[in-house]
Amino acid sequence: MWQRLVEEAPQFFGYYNLIFLAEAALATFALSAVGCVLGFLLGFLIAVVRRTLAWELLPVRSLAFIFTEFFRRVPFLVTLMLVFFIFQGLGANISVFTVALISVVLIATAFIAEIIRAGLESVHRNQWDAAAAMNFSLWQTIWLVTMPQAWKIILPPAFSFFILFIKDTALASQIGVLELTYAAKVLNNKGFSAALVFGSVLVLYFALSYPLTRLGMWMEARLATRRHR
Amino acid sequence: MRHVDIVDLAASYADAPVLDGITLGIDRGQIVSLIGPSGSGKSTLLRVLMGLLPPKRGHVELDGEKIDYAKREQVRRLRDRFAIVFQQYNLFQNMTVLSNVTIAPVKIKKRDRAEVEREAKELLAKVGLADKLSAYPDELSGGQQQRVAVARALALKPEVLLLDEVTSSLDPELVKEVLDTIRLLAKEGMTMLIVSHEMGFVREVSAKVVFMDAGRVVEEGAPAEIFDRPQEARTQEFVEKILRH
Repeated sequence: MWQRLVEEAPQFFGYYNLIFLAEAALATFALSAVGCVLGFLLGFLIAVVRRTLAWELLPVRSLAFIFTEFFRRVPFLVTLMLVFFIFQGLGANISVFTVALISVVLIATAFIAEIIRAGLESVHRNQWDAAAAMNFSLWQTIWLVTMPQAWKIILPPAFSFFILFIKDTALASQIGVLELTYAAKVLNNKGFSAALVFGSVLVLYFALSYPLTRLGMWMEARLATRRHR
Repeated sequence: MRHVDIVDLAASYADAPVLDGITLGIDRGQIVSLIGPSGSGKSTLLRVLMGLLPPKRGHVELDGEKIDYAKREQVRRLRDRFAIVFQQYNLFQNMTVLSNVTIAPVKIKKRDRAEVEREAKELLAKVGLADKLSAYPDELSGGQQQRVAVARALALKPEVLLLDEVTSSLDPELVKEVLDTIRLLAKEGMTMLIVSHEMGFVREVSAKVVFMDAGRVVEEGAPAEIFDRPQEARTQEFVEKILRH
């Protein structure tokens, strides 16, 4: 087998294959990055909405609750299909890549909203009381008081989720999005040995997720340094 | 006109009533103390006054102006003039002592940072914490945290100060310092509503003592009346117990 790998390598690492893999890696990166970043922002928004108390916001709160509970329960692949067929049904002519982008954002938002909610809940009630008594607005309370204390609860599960998430984007191959897993299958079908193809893809997945782990460690060191009750 | 008029305030946790129609008037610059057994609703009354627990009925009048706790803008105005020192201090765990004291005046009241910091340092020096400016709450003892909480409340320059068991975790020497500070504030005309088990102090500083039990005001009057000549049987029983103790 080693013999075969060595023979195949020069052809496998040819110009067109490398471009092909690079494009695929870029798609995986884009799906993950957009999912994580937009997911974090929207998830944060949902977590905050769920903390509000005003009765006028009850419909928004219920919607936020239903959204998170729904998309945390639906399998990723089903979400992809759902988004795909909904857009098809609407007659919208959008690319499978856009379908995948929308799906990853939906899923990431739901999961991260829960992680951030747990973080906010972990901050003692009396911190909210003190802020309210001094006329902090909800946003001021969250930015100045609770988020700084919640980071250490939020960051570790958020980054484990991000890393799982990079791998989950592989499911987008099922609707025909050219990303790493899809590219691997194509190259494998072309006759390159599975070991070479999937070995390379493995290295690329690692290259995508390792910097993320480092980022997570860096953020924990920056944002969650002080120990609090 | 009274400074603060509490009119028929009632509140409950879940469905258990904890305040059952409290009516109480406080004059400007007056110190009123709330005494009574645990669970009688003293702390809850302070929470309701601060707008942290919505009342089931009743309202508060500030200088004759009615505050409706259902209206956010009115609660905001009230909180602008009130400050509270919580029993658990409730210091912001993510901030240094100095930031705890300066954050609200700077970020909420939009006052000049340099000026606020100067005042905060003076206040903290006054309560004996000049050397703890950059410490975090979890590095301080309970008594130290309590004094930071007092400084934080005073930095807001409130008209009305609510103190919840403010001497409970202080050592005797500091009790005197904090109580002296409170006396001084009273002289300067700050209105105060105090929950305390420190009967000697209550007797000494209060213009009026209010005995509460089961969410109701049982009896109120000058300290001498409540402690020496209580009229209600329930008050007599309570006073007897604490004085014997």
